[in-house]
Amino acid sequence: MNKTVRVTLAALFCVGAVAACSKKAVKTPPPPPPEPMAQTQAPTNDGAYTPESLDTVDCLRQRTVYFDFDSNEVKPEYQAFLACHAKYLRDRPSAQIRLTGNTDERGTREYNLGLGERRGNAVQGVLAGQSGQVTVVSKGKEDPTCREHNEDCWSKNRRVEIEYTAK
Amino acid sequence: MIPPMRKLTHLLAFALAAAAAFVAGPVAAQSLNVDITQGLKSATPIAVVPFAQAEGTPLPTDVADVMRADFNRSGKFRALDKKDIVEMPSKGADIQFATWRLLKQNYITVGRIVDAGGGMLRVEYELWDVNRQQSMLSQAFTAPAGDLRGVAHQIADQIYEKITGVRGAFWTRIAYVTAVGLNRNANYSLIVADSDGYNPQVVARSKESLLSPAWSPDGRKIAYVSFESGNSAVYVQDIGTGSRTLLASHPRGINSAPAWSPDGSKLAVSLSYVGNPEIFVIDVASRQERRITNNVSIDTEPVFTPDGQSIIFTSDRSGKPQLYQTSVGGGDAQRITFSGGFNASASVSYDGKQIAMVQGNGNVYRIAIMDRSLGGQVRYVSPGNVDDSPSFAPNAGMLLYAASQGTRGVLYAVSADGLVRQRLVLSDGDVREPSWGPYRQR
Repeated sequence: MNKTVRVTLAALFCVGAVAACSKKAVKTPPPPPPEPMAQTQAPTNDGAYTPESLDTVDCLRQRTVYFDFDSNEVKPEYQAFLACHAKYLRDRPSAQIRLTGNTDERGTREYNLGLGERRGNAVQGVLAGQSGQVTVVSKGKEDPTCREHNEDCWSKNRRVEIEYTAK
Repeated sequence: MIPPMRKLTHLLAFALAAAAAFVAGPVAAQSLNVDITQGLKSATPIAVVPFAQAEGTPLPTDVADVMRADFNRSGKFRALDKKDIVEMPSKGADIQFATWRLLKQNYITVGRIVDAGGGMLRVEYELWDVNRQQSMLSQAFTAPAGDLRGVAHQIADQIYEKITGVRGAFWTRIAYVTAVGLNRNANYSLIVADSDGYNPQVVARSKESLLSPAWSPDGRKIAYVSFESGNSAVYVQDIGTGSRTLLASHPRGINSAPAWSPDGSKLAVSLSYVGNPEIFVIDVASRQERRITNNVSIDTEPVFTPDGQSIIFTSDRSGKPQLYQTSVGGGDAQRITFSGGFNASASVSYDGKQIAMVQGNGNVYRIAIMDRSLGGQVRYVSPGNVDDSPSFAPNAGMLLYAASQGTRGVLYAVSADGLVRQRLVLSDGDVREPSWGPYRQR
């Protein structure tokens, strides 16, 4: 099934349940695991990004930043792909991003809400963007991608997800 | 001896009715399964003889069973097993004290349930001191058959207070959050139940996370956090009517961690629209916000002290989260926890003398109680490793907290000395974010 058909079906299905579907419509695919950024494609020299670039340009398809325990430092390996998203925001002033900050399970729910926001704010600082282009929401430890009690799992949950709410 | 795994199953009818009344579609609240995981031999022995009742339709509740479970949970008492009760007196005059002395019981409770007319039952009971052969209490309650569990908890409370000198807290309610399904298929419910987990009633449901329920001091309302709008927001909901108001929903940042002032007129919250999470106090009537903290760190999880004059909260201003205390008028905050690398989520006892918290050391997070009269010394009441959300009972005799069993969230009720622990587990899904409600008014 090609993408146009899928989108149409999703839109039809949404008529009866607006709230539930509006969320699905903007939801990004599951984030890829972190990997070295050496062969990341830089933005093309011949012009600005277009909405299609979000699906076709490697560095723009990367949407997750991972963090160390209790840290909000954006590590160097994420700077390159974040630079692509920063350029996208410059190229397309109407584009909007929502950054969702998450934590691992250690510590209390409320403290982790604060920590998730701190991570979101750190990524927002790297992306820059014009006023209103980037919003930060913290989910703390509420939305884990993994539920085991070990570092391998915790490292997958300490993350900021980039979501385009307007392309 | 307390049986190690006594499973009790709850009636769903009450929960179904509540769900239909408050939310869009009727969905049953799963009942919690309750089991006693640990008993205590040094507790005071008490015999609770099955209450005599007239011939006819069996009653929906065995009052003595409910009382025995209450006593065992408290850690203060050890109720004689039903199977070891060999005589069935229902009045003080019929008690053969030699029998109960032989069974090494300090106290005995007897009672009877009679028809009071008009669909009401009269529950009469007596408490006797076995060694002195003296009557200590003789009281009666009149209630409909559907409220016999409530009557049993109130009798247990009176006996608890008569013997220990501390008000009982069995006739109270608890709130907690259940999560069934994962990620996009998750369904969250805010539930209110009796202190022993019976009679679960749905207060709110959401496809997005619910957390941090907080009881108003009169027990009529619950403040909580919902992500249903996409961002955190603080709501206040009337439990009886289901009517709900939005208390804090700044579009930017966190709106979370509600806690009531002792007089119920204000809520302390953590808001980050100012750039980072800070403690604010919101006047419930006027909605006016007053900022309490001003620091670049995470300031969250506020709770009022019982005198209403101070707020204890979590802050990582020293690098790692620790508990601090500040005046409700603002001003400098004093750090009050110094042992452990991580201290957060304070629950303060009714007399302000004890503070329960989550204490983390390495990857082990346990519930610790700090006795303020002992210079900050702490004792652990939970084994870890990912324990969260301690909440004192109104008499501080027990606490509720959240824990993890495998990948599933469960609750524990633990005696304040940490020696008796009871698990509350949902057969399908997580249960978390417990909050122990105030004393109830008849």
